[in-house]
Amino acid sequence: MGPVTGAAFGWITAAKAVLFFTLLMVVVGMLVLMERKLAGFIQDRSGPNRVGPWGLLQTLADGLKFALKEETLPDRANKTFFLLAPCMALVPATILFAVIPFAAPLPTQWGLVEVIVADAPVGLLYVLAIASLGVYGIVMAGWSSNSKYPFLGGLRGSAQMISYEVGLAMSLVPILLVAGDVRIPNIVAMQQTFEAGPDTVGLWLALPLLVSFFFFTVAGLAESNRIPFDLPEAEEELTAGYHTEYSAMKFGMFFLGEYAHMLTTAALITVFFLGGWDIPFWAGDNIRVLSDGTVIGEPAAWKTLLTFGAFTLKTLLVVAVFMWIRWTLPRFRYDQLMDLGWKFFIPALMAYIMLIAGTILGLESAGLQPGLVYGAVLFAVNLAAAGLLFFVLDRGRIIGGGAYRSTREGRQKRMWREARERAMAAAAGGSGGSGTAPEGG
Amino acid sequence: MIADALFYLFSVAAVVSGLFVVTRKNPVSSVLFLVVTFFSLSGLFVLLDAHFIAAVQVIVYAGAIMVLFLFVVMLLNLGHFEGEQTDFRGALGRFAAATVSVTLLALVARAVLGLEELGGQGVVAESLAGAPDPVGAALEARGPVGAVAGPLFDEYLIPFELTSLLLLVAIVGAIVLARRREP
Repeated sequence: MGPVTGAAFGWITAAKAVLFFTLLMVVVGMLVLMERKLAGFIQDRSGPNRVGPWGLLQTLADGLKFALKEETLPDRANKTFFLLAPCMALVPATILFAVIPFAAPLPTQWGLVEVIVADAPVGLLYVLAIASLGVYGIVMAGWSSNSKYPFLGGLRGSAQMISYEVGLAMSLVPILLVAGDVRIPNIVAMQQTFEAGPDTVGLWLALPLLVSFFFFTVAGLAESNRIPFDLPEAEEELTAGYHTEYSAMKFGMFFLGEYAHMLTTAALITVFFLGGWDIPFWAGDNIRVLSDGTVIGEPAAWKTLLTFGAFTLKTLLVVAVFMWIRWTLPRFRYDQLMDLGWKFFIPALMAYIMLIAGTILGLESAGLQPGLVYGAVLFAVNLAAAGLLFFVLDRGRIIGGGAYRSTREGRQKRMWREARERAMAAAAGGSGGSGTAPEGG
Repeated sequence: MIADALFYLFSVAAVVSGLFVVTRKNPVSSVLFLVVTFFSLSGLFVLLDAHFIAAVQVIVYAGAIMVLFLFVVMLLNLGHFEGEQTDFRGALGRFAAATVSVTLLALVARAVLGLEELGGQGVVAESLAGAPDPVGAALEARGPVGAVAGPLFDEYLIPFELTSLLLLVAIVGAIVLARRREP
């Protein structure tokens, strides 16, 4: 049985688009409930439990409230952009789902249906392109409200998203180096078999590219504006940030957009690093459709269902980790956020890309093909890099809060720097000042 | 047929939003219409099977450069009040703009219409004359990314590296200009 072609392809694609959009919206609604339940668990309270059994209908009640409240429009706002902004926040997060494969291909009477809306030839680049558009909603909301707090939120949001996009894109480069392909189903297939043959159990890229996995997760968290990166809507400083002036359903769209963005980020982490819909330690799900229509493996409806379950489970686990982070960590200070993005992420990722490229070059010149040994060497290199990253490079800088603070050498360096600056100021100003002794601090 | 319809859709969108970029008075509108133009161009690239260029068009222009434009417009907080002087409209400026546009239009018209005059030299002429399709062959052999990356790092390596040097110079220049001066 070959893949679907002709007119049926168009109809099936349209049906898939509608189906997955509905699914996404339902899951996003349930995520809100999941977040509140999880928050309750972490803070040792019950969470919502009044509407329906175990509070399951809480989301429905919230949605009803969004629809029934009064829509406000600030007097001085720019009307067109004010109305357009919530749509711009929601759309990129939802259309990103088009290139994510959810399950193994499904055999039907028309042919083999791939469980992905659009199998774009440049899927990974499409992800980066659409992810970079998420900022427009925030910027437009902040600017068009014509009010202080939204404006500051919009500025912060745009600066943050520009900064972390670079890190997001660069953390995907090692995947390209290992997989050698930008088509997302091929990246999943690569993880299922790790190129060692159709009957192997594969190796998820989270292990051989551990550091990349970490960076992508953090940058993805920053891109979806969640704690500890929710500076654009920091309540204590900016009321509600860029959506301060929004009410009712327009606010609801920002809200849905945020959760849809989180779900998308989690799905991307699953696809790129956790094997997509691969079921671990089982070669029976190694099904793929090559671009010329050849089918490898034996597709079956129950396999599609099972792999879809695996994908959902992995994605929800990542989402749960995101929520766990939100209810555990405090928010960054804004200068720390920028320092982390520009002074830590980008140089570290550049060095890491060179390291991985060098390792792959060495492995290939040693005649090793992707397989178990290849993966093990990459994993060892990554483990060393991760150790270096967390215990040497970062000590007392980002996590400890501010440069040159926590360690003894750090204090020493700060003293030297301050003394040097004073000396330079004294020399330039010629005002005499308080001397130029380096131990003055 | 769907491809034809999409071609006209994207072309019309590109031209109309391009016109709006220059006629809108509000700078934020201009920026956003420019984003629409870039999107339509990216759609046209997809119709030409240039998927990589289409994606890069959105990543670089719509995703990075236009966000930066919008950021600057926002920092200056322009566009909220009527009668703000946000453009340069002297007689000289209009004259210069008209000259440049007419020249460009003439060049494009010459490239499209004067196929015989060019003697099959231009890209347009070649593809219309039914010549072998080098782009299609490259896509077949190397995939959407390789078709661009191959020549870039092979045939045109030195121009490519020189361009990156140029960008580096621009970055250093910007830092020098923006740095706080010691009094």
